Amino acid sequence: MNQLMRFSRLHGDSKVAPFVAILVVLTLLASMGNLLMPEDSAFYVSTYTITLLGKYLCYAMLALAVDVIWGYCGILSLGHGAFFALGGYAMGMYLMRQIGDRGVYGNPELPDFMVFLNWTELPWFWQGMDQFWFAMLMVLLVPGILAFIFGWLAFRSRVTGVYLSIMTQALTYALLLAFFRNEMGFGGNNGLTDFKDILGFDLQADTTRVTLFAITALLLAVILVISHKILQSRMGKVIVAIRDGESRARFIGYRTERFKVWLFVYSALIAGIAGALYVPQVGIINPGEFSPLNSIEMVIWVAVGGRGTLIGAIVGALLVNFAKTKFTAIMPDGWLFALGALFVFVTLYLPQGLMGLYKKMMDKRRPDNSDSHGSDTEGKNAEPAVKGGNV
Amino acid sequence: MRRLFAILCCYVATSLTSVHADEPMTTVDADPATLTTVSPLPSDPVAEPVSVETLLQSLTEVKLSKALPVLKQLESLGGVALLPMFKGMLEGDLYFVKSSKEVVMISTIKGELTAQGVLSKQPLPGVSKNQLKKIRVNNKLRGFLRQAIARLQISHPDASKRLAAVQALLTHLSDETIATLERVRPQEQDEDVQAMIDLALALHQSDSADPAVRLAAVYVMADSLESDARNKLVKIIGHDTDPKVKAAATKALKQINEEIEFYGFIDQLFFGLSLGSVLLLAAIGLAITFGVMGVINMAHGEMIMLGAYTTYVVQLMMPNSIEYSLWVAIPLAFVVSGLVGVLIERGVIRHLHGRPLETLLATFGISLILQQLVRSVFSPLNRQVASPEWMSGTLDINPILSLTLNRLYILAFALLVFGLLLLILRKTSLGLNVRAVSQNRDMAKAMGIRTDWVDAMTFGLGSGIAGIAGVALSQLTNVGPNLGQAYIIDSFMVVVFGGVGNLWGTLVAAFSLGVANKFLEPVTGAVLASIFVLIFIILFIQKRPKGLFPQKGRAAE
Repeated sequence: MNQLMRFSRLHGDSKVAPFVAILVVLTLLASMGNLLMPEDSAFYVSTYTITLLGKYLCYAMLALAVDVIWGYCGILSLGHGAFFALGGYAMGMYLMRQIGDRGVYGNPELPDFMVFLNWTELPWFWQGMDQFWFAMLMVLLVPGILAFIFGWLAFRSRVTGVYLSIMTQALTYALLLAFFRNEMGFGGNNGLTDFKDILGFDLQADTTRVTLFAITALLLAVILVISHKILQSRMGKVIVAIRDGESRARFIGYRTERFKVWLFVYSALIAGIAGALYVPQVGIINPGEFSPLNSIEMVIWVAVGGRGTLIGAIVGALLVNFAKTKFTAIMPDGWLFALGALFVFVTLYLPQGLMGLYKKMMDKRRPDNSDSHGSDTEGKNAEPAVKGGNV
Repeated sequence: MRRLFAILCCYVATSLTSVHADEPMTTVDADPATLTTVSPLPSDPVAEPVSVETLLQSLTEVKLSKALPVLKQLESLGGVALLPMFKGMLEGDLYFVKSSKEVVMISTIKGELTAQGVLSKQPLPGVSKNQLKKIRVNNKLRGFLRQAIARLQISHPDASKRLAAVQALLTHLSDETIATLERVRPQEQDEDVQAMIDLALALHQSDSADPAVRLAAVYVMADSLESDARNKLVKIIGHDTDPKVKAAATKALKQINEEIEFYGFIDQLFFGLSLGSVLLLAAIGLAITFGVMGVINMAHGEMIMLGAYTTYVVQLMMPNSIEYSLWVAIPLAFVVSGLVGVLIERGVIRHLHGRPLETLLATFGISLILQQLVRSVFSPLNRQVASPEWMSGTLDINPILSLTLNRLYILAFALLVFGLLLLILRKTSLGLNVRAVSQNRDMAKAMGIRTDWVDAMTFGLGSGIAGIAGVALSQLTNVGPNLGQAYIIDSFMVVVFGGVGNLWGTLVAAFSLGVANKFLEPVTGAVLASIFVLIFIILFIQKRPKGLFPQKGRAAE
């Protein structure tokens, strides 16, 4: 653990700029491949691939959100799917209102499922969701406020470690149960789907899909840079200090719970944005997104890529999801075996993820860089502080 | 899981009400018919002295509408000897041989039709269906037959049979019934049956013209929980002209309603305790591993699942002795889950010592693998595990309250397992070691305790108990690959709520969460109830981060 911390501290100035450059270039190439190339060209990128890539990038953003709090602050949230899904539902509600009278029942005001349930008027929380700006505000506000309340309650009373993880899991589980109820007014089991257009653009059109994909890539790049800046700043140093020894940081005089709450909220906002981008591209949002399994899967993306590295989280999310797509196509039954084995393998043999592996290989090539093997005694000294639970 | 309990509740509730609903329905069917067709009865002269034989003979000849007087005479003449015939007739198994007009009961044994003479009690050889003609029954006759059967059974030697017979008569008290009841009342020895007969007579007397008789009848009815008595009281309050009787009836009804409320409360409490016992079984193993090793075992639910599947396999292996299968399944499930637990500890968790969050992830991976493994081996469909005879059925305490036996047994079983575990931890050397390691790992190691061995044993013990929980659960729900998933979050809540490393805390937490859930359910619905409980625990943890009963002293750090 401590080695990992030292690792990320030293290499916090990781290659964000080149990574962003690669991301932008690849996005441009893929977009042009779809829009400009003829369908029989070798460089043609199908719309299906674009949508798939867009979905992966949403997951990558989500992984980034998990990494910010887990990798840098040691808060293992097993409920980040909740923030993702809430952002998704806010976007879904907007898209639902955009259907207007084109639904099966042709009701201009109410979405189909409400007509089906014999509701006569829109519930209060659906008011205003037909305005794009308002819906986007909700995408940020709902996960943000939930994260603030939860974080404020949890961190103020110093709930840490596995307790916190279980609590976050209970949170998303409770929301899962709640959203399954028809009376909640979110479409129950089926969720929200059958979307037609966004801001007047047809969701099925190639241009809309490519635009959504490009926006996702761009936002991912922006969020990556912002997160990197935050974590490089003075505040970021305090956050890492809290991870490594919360009691020490507190004794030095930092209000650690405040740092944690704000980082938690920031992370939830990223997850909410990722969810909002995910829904128009995938075309559906249902309570299944709240399931604890989803939330814990996100954690493994980060673990595979290497936590506390930001870029690692993105790489991990892309790789694992690519593998999932391939795997479920070839042998659907095998995926859970593979995922389970991945959990065990990564935690046992690859605690620093792929980025750690990459780093180790680079170190071997340059033996002069001996800093990263810092003295063990330092680690031992830090032990009591860490034992508080947020390892 | 909670949904399942709700369904079970509903099922029990509906089956209870349907038992009562059954009787009035048939009488409603029969009543109008009785009014119209019984009218020729008095004009029907019973001139000659008749015998059972001739009556049976005429039963084969009369029209359906004229069969009722014949049956009435048969009842008075034949008595208890004709009970099987009445029963057969009610079931539609009563036929007569076309040629000889002999009345027979038919039954199909191994696909072969056998006919037995009603009077001769001898099987008729070589009878085929086309030689027979059915004696037809309609709803009116069925209503009468039920009454007649009940009246005849009043003289049954078994007290519980007599009680059921009188109870069946309550809904429709004809004059014959009252006469029969008045006849048997002085001979009746059993107190319950006496009370039931008194109630029946009181129900009858409450229609009397004399207010004093009605008043006495109301007093008798006030002590009864039968729904018939309650209905009658409601009727009296509505229609009776005498204010005294009315007042007494109002008071009696209030008393009855209060009692019903009380027993309803007990019923809910029982279901809550039952849910609590399941939670206790599921969480107790988790409490040990979490308490001693500080390790969250996300695969704990799958240990429960393995136990349940062990029960299923055991029953497959010994299909002819389901009665004893549980006694084999319990130790076997303990061994299977325990071994898997030890394997997990030795193979994975040992290497992640001191990194609880990583352990959480790794064990989660193991849970995925185990689930998929079971899905591949046993198919993803749910499997039904049979309950032994002695576990099914209910314990009827009074007309309102009846406890299902399997829940009662599981409640007792959970407490037994809890007690055993407590004994192991208190009295054995393993328990001593476990407690030492959980209090101070380094010091225990320094004193020569093999901590890694203790870890493996603790993990095996916790997992084994989860396996036993699986055996218990298989008696309540279907067994499927997701069985464990359904319980894991609830089990965590119990452990966290009760306080880590404290078995008594787990006990209190399991039962209080179970009871709270069941009492919230009627108010909010099953789903909202579990949501409220989750939110409550989230808030509770804010207030007391270490649970109800936190560990004290240096061990807590």
